[in-house]
Amino acid sequence: MKIKVLYFGRPSENLKLTDELVEAPAQVKTTGDLLVWLQERGEVWAQELTESRVRCAINQEFADWKAPLSVNDEVALFSPISGG
Amino acid sequence: MSVTIQHEDFDVGTEMSALRSLSNNVGAIVTFVGLVRDLSDNTLVENIYVEHYPGMSEKALNKIIEQAKLRWELLGVRVIHRVGTLGPNDQIVMVLAASTHRGHAFSGCEFIIDYLKTDAPFWKKEVKNNSSEWVVTRDSDVERMKRWHR
Repeated sequence: MKIKVLYFGRPSENLKLTDELVEAPAQVKTTGDLLVWLQERGEVWAQELTESRVRCAINQEFADWKAPLSVNDEVALFSPISGG
Repeated sequence: MSVTIQHEDFDVGTEMSALRSLSNNVGAIVTFVGLVRDLSDNTLVENIYVEHYPGMSEKALNKIIEQAKLRWELLGVRVIHRVGTLGPNDQIVMVLAASTHRGHAFSGCEFIIDYLKTDAPFWKKEVKNNSSEWVVTRDSDVERMKRWHR
């Protein structure tokens, strides 16, 4: 399944990545699954992308870690927001 | 257009004049301006870096404004949020709320800035002592936002 992943805030800086297109394997059905799959890329990924350290949005709406994913979704992963 | 996200500074007077000219029925305009402070947790801040999620940030702010308009009689709202590198004392955010009477303008303005803090995708990084730190959502901001649910 093709997913566009965007990174903002701390994870973007530490992973040195703002966005990428990924081909997620079949077992990735939710935002939480996507996070677990990305964590497998290595130590810094596992460290940055824990459920307690990042939040997510699907297609520009805040979502939780149980939210189902569809083909071509835009998923953003970011540290807690701090505007204003 | 009621929401703008920009690198450049803004002029509150210019924005207020635009809101005034909306209607002769505007009887009150409440202004909130957020500034960059030079101290954070008692450490000197050299500058801050602000980033946002283009597309979602505008959408989220417009949603907050719509919610405010459902609760109070607002004749006009203007929100400007700056992004990029900012220094102490720089203006970072502005919320203007116009109404026939001040009560609606005060409440609408406060509601919008309280929700902006917790529901709009912006991130601040503070640079201090040659190191930098991403600011996390403050519990006090979440508490302020929750007051509007009671």
